[in-house]
Amino acid sequence: MRQVAIYGKGGIGKSTTTQNLTAGLAEMGKQIMVVGCDPKADSTRLLLGGLAQKTVLDTLREEGEDIELENILRSGYGNIRCVESGGPEPGVGCAGRGIITSISMLESLGAYEDELDYVFYDVLGDVVCGGFAMPIREGKAQEIYIVASGELMALYAANNISKGIRKYAQTGGTRLGGIICNSRKVDGENELLEAFAKELGSQLIYFVPRDNLVQRAEINKKTVIDFAPGENQANEYRGLANAIDKNDMFIIPEPMVQERLEELMMEHGILEM
Amino acid sequence: MRGENTLKRALDKYPARVYKNRKSHMLVKDSSCKTQEIAANTRSIPGIISNRGCCFAGCKGVVLGPLKDVVHIVHGPVGCSYYTWGTRRNKARKSINEKNFLQYCFSTDMQESDIVFGGEKKLRNAIKEAVEIFSPEAITISATCPVGLIGDDIHAVAAEAEREYGIKVMAFSCEGYKGVSQSAGHHIANNGLMKNVIGTGKGKKYGSYPINILGEYNIGGDGWEISRVLEKIGYDIVTIMTGDGSYAELKNAHLAGLNLVQCHRSINYIAEMIEKKYGTHWLKVNFLGISSTIQSLKNIALYFGDESLISKTEEVIQEEYGMVKDQLEYYKSRLQGRTAFIFVGGSRAHHYQVLLNDLGIESILAGYEFGHRDDYEGREVIPDIKADADTKNIEELKVEKDKKYFRVTMSPEKLEELKKTIPLSYYGGMLKEMAQGSIVVDDLNHHETEEFIRLLKPDMFFSGIKDKYISQKMGVYSKQLHSYDYSGPYTMFKGAGIFAKDLDMGMYTPAWRFVTPPWKTGPILEAVLFGGEKA
Repeated sequence: MRQVAIYGKGGIGKSTTTQNLTAGLAEMGKQIMVVGCDPKADSTRLLLGGLAQKTVLDTLREEGEDIELENILRSGYGNIRCVESGGPEPGVGCAGRGIITSISMLESLGAYEDELDYVFYDVLGDVVCGGFAMPIREGKAQEIYIVASGELMALYAANNISKGIRKYAQTGGTRLGGIICNSRKVDGENELLEAFAKELGSQLIYFVPRDNLVQRAEINKKTVIDFAPGENQANEYRGLANAIDKNDMFIIPEPMVQERLEELMMEHGILEM
Repeated sequence: MRGENTLKRALDKYPARVYKNRKSHMLVKDSSCKTQEIAANTRSIPGIISNRGCCFAGCKGVVLGPLKDVVHIVHGPVGCSYYTWGTRRNKARKSINEKNFLQYCFSTDMQESDIVFGGEKKLRNAIKEAVEIFSPEAITISATCPVGLIGDDIHAVAAEAEREYGIKVMAFSCEGYKGVSQSAGHHIANNGLMKNVIGTGKGKKYGSYPINILGEYNIGGDGWEISRVLEKIGYDIVTIMTGDGSYAELKNAHLAGLNLVQCHRSINYIAEMIEKKYGTHWLKVNFLGISSTIQSLKNIALYFGDESLISKTEEVIQEEYGMVKDQLEYYKSRLQGRTAFIFVGGSRAHHYQVLLNDLGIESILAGYEFGHRDDYEGREVIPDIKADADTKNIEELKVEKDKKYFRVTMSPEKLEELKKTIPLSYYGGMLKEMAQGSIVVDDLNHHETEEFIRLLKPDMFFSGIKDKYISQKMGVYSKQLHSYDYSGPYTMFKGAGIFAKDLDMGMYTPAWRFVTPPWKTGPILEAVLFGGEKA
């Protein structure tokens, strides 16, 4: 079983990418579980055809400790098992602790069955505290992919996340598998991302082009592969799924200092304008 | 053998940086030096077993907790409330029309889901329940560590509850991790009581000499004994902070004519703020020890300056001392010449030296857990204390003269004259009164306790629950001076007699010295070396 965590700046398209990617893997016949680690609980919407999932934490709160796996795990597109960790409303409590609680609950309920090929963790935003690092701690997710684009803030976040990975790589054995570019159509984006990944000691594992079809599929509560299987964008996600399935480059990233990151931006982005 | 050399030997095992740090927290009293500086109120070294408590312990446990007619809700997991409940032996009893909730332990009992989703709702419900069942006039909410981490807005909940139920509801952000010791919690509690309680009462008709007793927590009934003697002389006690104290009385604290300060560390903030806001002077007293009690009683009478009060004071001193004089002489003859370590509090290590001295016992090592430099060196060093980040983290309350209640009770000339003879608005600290060659150690830890006991072989060790058993297992009599184990009161004249009797029992039934522990006669661990040999 490969356990994979997807990180990246808020709003970069982690959930969209994760769901389309897992849809591609499911098409290949893989058995998959997706664990949404975001209090908004919208990480499995496209796979389930809407926000149909009751979160682990809500269930825990309402039903007490005595809960069954069926209460919190639902099958979606391509038999992908979908779980939403959930969390508090914005501004109260501790969402990080919530993730720790819910992952422990999944483990004790036996959600990690042997026939699974993949477990994906879709984690909110940056690694803000220990709770959000949970999927890469204690030897859970062994591989991490960071979703980024050519925008400065996305790369800042990716670099920061690499610092988190580096920390846990020493103790938990987790590794960076690559950068996924979710294109924003920034000038020289592909080259910039390639250079950025290389600087970290990693690779740009796939470049997902921008396509309005993704938006349309989302409005219809579907992944692109489900919504328009014959279109080119569906093939792009199949390509991403394939690249990840075949990936064998797992490294401990070397995060950059701020100045080097800005230099890189100048070389590939702003300077050319 | 005492002296600098002893310090060096006790510190011998430390790495260089720790050595340097800990050395600055120690000194040997040298009367030929005009001043001797000691480091205090700074962070303990990680990994060293310190005897200090946390900010929550100082706020809820020490200052707020003893207020008997208040429901003290601890917002957090259950342990913080339960393990601070009743263990300090701050006694209280209610008179007619009074409420006493100290036999109850209140906690919001936060569970994992309260941490994740926030605990404010649970806190609101706890307040509602407390109001419905106990109908108190005041409630305090004390924050524990997790509350600070998840950011529950306890102040908003308190304000909302205050409006809803029409009672006083106060929130204290005294998360355990704040500051370097319980001292931070004392300050936070002082600020809260000053802001919310003191000065809000209408008072009643008080006698000629209305006074407050500050920093007396009625451990083992200490406060009761103090009150008994003071009332016998003719003082009217407005409120006692906070042992057997109440919200109802504390509201009127601004109406007293003089504030007596027993424990300087935990309550000096209130003493100073009352002086600024209401003009009430404060006088440092010490009711532990015969000589200090007599001096304190005389000083109070001198402050009011009334001849009849002064002669009544003399009369009561004669009477009270007369009752225990023979008893004390007897015990002194049996205790004379012994030596003691005293490591407790932020004032007690000083106070008890007088009582020990009265019994012929020499304090050869003394120190505070959470005292500041002024508790050692005297308030004159306060302007020289550099506030570090840990101190700046605690709010410094600014108060102004109260338009309605500020009073000038004596002319500045008379005040200055009085200050020459009695410690008004002044505390001289522990160091000045210590004997040449005695050792002072701030924030004494487990390792140093063992080393110093080995080196100096005291007859008795006065401390708290955490280090009590170290000395006991070493065969040295130990007594807790936080809780008095099961005894007390130790204040005033009668208390001195009880203390002397307790020490006498300890000295003449040295049970722990009769035990030969197994590790004294042979190895208690068996190990196999890599080569297979037995070690």
